[in-house]
Amino acid sequence: MEKFVTFTGVVAGVDRANIDTDALIPKEHLKSIKRTGFGAALFSDWRYNDDGSDKPDFVLNKPETSGAEILVTRSNCGCGSSREHAVWAVVQYGFKAIIAPRQDEQPGFADIFNNNCSKNGLLTIELSDEQVDGIFQTLEKEPGVKAMIDLENEKVTLYASAGDQVYAFKANAAVRDKLLNGLDDIALTLQYDADITAFESKRAV
Amino acid sequence: MKKTLFDKIWDAHVVKELGDGEVLLYIDRHLVHEVTSPQAFEGLRLAGRKVRCPERTFATMDHNVPTDENRMNITDPIAKAQVDALSENCSSTSVTLFPLGDARQGVIHIIGPEQGIVLPGMTVVCGDSHTATHGAFGSIAFGIGTSEVEHVLATQTLRQKKPKNYKVEFTGALKPNVTAKDMVLKLISIIGTAGGTGCAFEFCGEAIRTLSMEGRLTICNMAIEAGARAGLVAPDQITFDYVASGDRVYAPKGEELETAIDGWKQFYTDEGASFDHELTIDVNELAPQVTWGTSPGMGVDVTGEVPALAAVAEYAPADVRAALDYMGLEPGMKMTDIQIETVFIGSCTNGRIEDLREAAEYMKGKKVANGVRMLVVPGSEAVRYQGEKERLDRIFVEAGAEWRYAGCSMCLAMNADKLADKERCASTSNRNFEGRQGKGGRTHLVSPKMAAAAAVAGHFVDIREEI
Repeated sequence: MEKFVTFTGVVAGVDRANIDTDALIPKEHLKSIKRTGFGAALFSDWRYNDDGSDKPDFVLNKPETSGAEILVTRSNCGCGSSREHAVWAVVQYGFKAIIAPRQDEQPGFADIFNNNCSKNGLLTIELSDEQVDGIFQTLEKEPGVKAMIDLENEKVTLYASAGDQVYAFKANAAVRDKLLNGLDDIALTLQYDADITAFESKRAV
Repeated sequence: MKKTLFDKIWDAHVVKELGDGEVLLYIDRHLVHEVTSPQAFEGLRLAGRKVRCPERTFATMDHNVPTDENRMNITDPIAKAQVDALSENCSSTSVTLFPLGDARQGVIHIIGPEQGIVLPGMTVVCGDSHTATHGAFGSIAFGIGTSEVEHVLATQTLRQKKPKNYKVEFTGALKPNVTAKDMVLKLISIIGTAGGTGCAFEFCGEAIRTLSMEGRLTICNMAIEAGARAGLVAPDQITFDYVASGDRVYAPKGEELETAIDGWKQFYTDEGASFDHELTIDVNELAPQVTWGTSPGMGVDVTGEVPALAAVAEYAPADVRAALDYMGLEPGMKMTDIQIETVFIGSCTNGRIEDLREAAEYMKGKKVANGVRMLVVPGSEAVRYQGEKERLDRIFVEAGAEWRYAGCSMCLAMNADKLADKERCASTSNRNFEGRQGKGGRTHLVSPKMAAAAAVAGHFVDIREEI
């Protein structure tokens, strides 16, 4: 996995809650046996007409936000199917981070999706409802606005014309460490091979 | 220290604490299917790694396989490539595979319990969110992504943070013809599709204790639809009898089974153990449920109506509006006035023999309404075989329904079984997302009995008044 480095990119907003992984990548795109080539299928039902042409109103088809690197959604993003293809599609489109709101018990991201993101170097950031409202208001007024994502210092800086909006966030410490250092989970776990073998010796199949 | 059922199983599987709340969790059973595994096997090969425990790994083809007469001849070249890849991957790594055409092939979450692969107290994972199903045995079972599939293949472990404990108690007794499906749809409409995020449910209470294994499997199956990766039911005599019955090739037998059952009796929540969340739902007056929207939490009593935009607890009015536009519905419409064009009975939620029996019992001597297409897709070949032995297939076919071979079929429409644009379906599956059953298709989630009744009437009916 590549190391996550601080970057500045265009922000695109999809103003919906409960964006499920069927919406991120409909099943007709799941039949590949490869890990690549999913970027064009991201949001395909919302992004393309039946004849394959672009739906001009969809955010990723607008000139200001096409090629965005930061995605903003409402809560419970990535619910539904465990398909990692959804994360591959988001990453292969070019997104490096997703921002969604957490309010009390209402999470920004569904569990399996969040986990899958961390395995693919895609940073998920939870901000408050009010903060995400603020970002959506800025996106409305200033499509194509950019933001800087700094995982090291856990901060998002939205470069709004009225002045920078800085949002602090808290990443899961283990995930942050893995992303910043580009660590491969399997290699990390295989350091404990002896522990696994010892555990196995005590249990039947 | 008092422990929950979940805590007991979790603690017994911790290989090592990794710090910051993360543990290395040992995995007893890894279930594999053709759609989420090819990239994992490829990753393993590229890194020069082996499958650590092929004897703990079981595979089948279910997601994209055809369910019609010509199923052995897959015409979709990309689907065929996935099926072929799984065959090759299993044979080169010595993983047990139940391939298309095998008498034990079927939806992975149907065959796991059926073959005795999944047993109480185990940890079970699969690259599929409906792995939660297996929690019905009193096991920790959850869905994972493909990177984690590769991790389990290589290490037989997962790096995990322990979820919170969420107790869902169902009190009271169900009215006749109200089912496990209605219980879980009701739960999701109360807490929403994110209500259980970060948690493992324990389903308990009188209404769970009296449910069959099939019913418990249905409830645990949809834990993920409420946001929880896992849902568990403490094992009891019903569980033990299920394991001991039928032709469960991989389950212990005889004395070995007796010993195993003695061990399984420790899997219950200690009196006084604490939960992070608790919810009680009384089922005495529970009505059959029907969803009206594009999220499993968008459901109402069949006697109710499509709600007003601002009247849905867990959803913003704009999301309700978007759902109704997609579904072609308006607030105030009576659920029983909604006409359907297709009925799908099957899936890992409701494709077990008991589900087909319930639907067949209602269909007997009746006809599918004019203009309605009905697909009955057994969850496994073993279910199909049993159904034919009981002549359920005759009942369905004589009523005008199609009786198919096993597979995921129209639950996610990766094969040829799908809805057309705007086609409306009463479905016993688990997700009513936009496009889930085919692009533009409109899904209403219901129980098998409700689906059968809708097939006959051509619209939703209150099954309690029908029988």
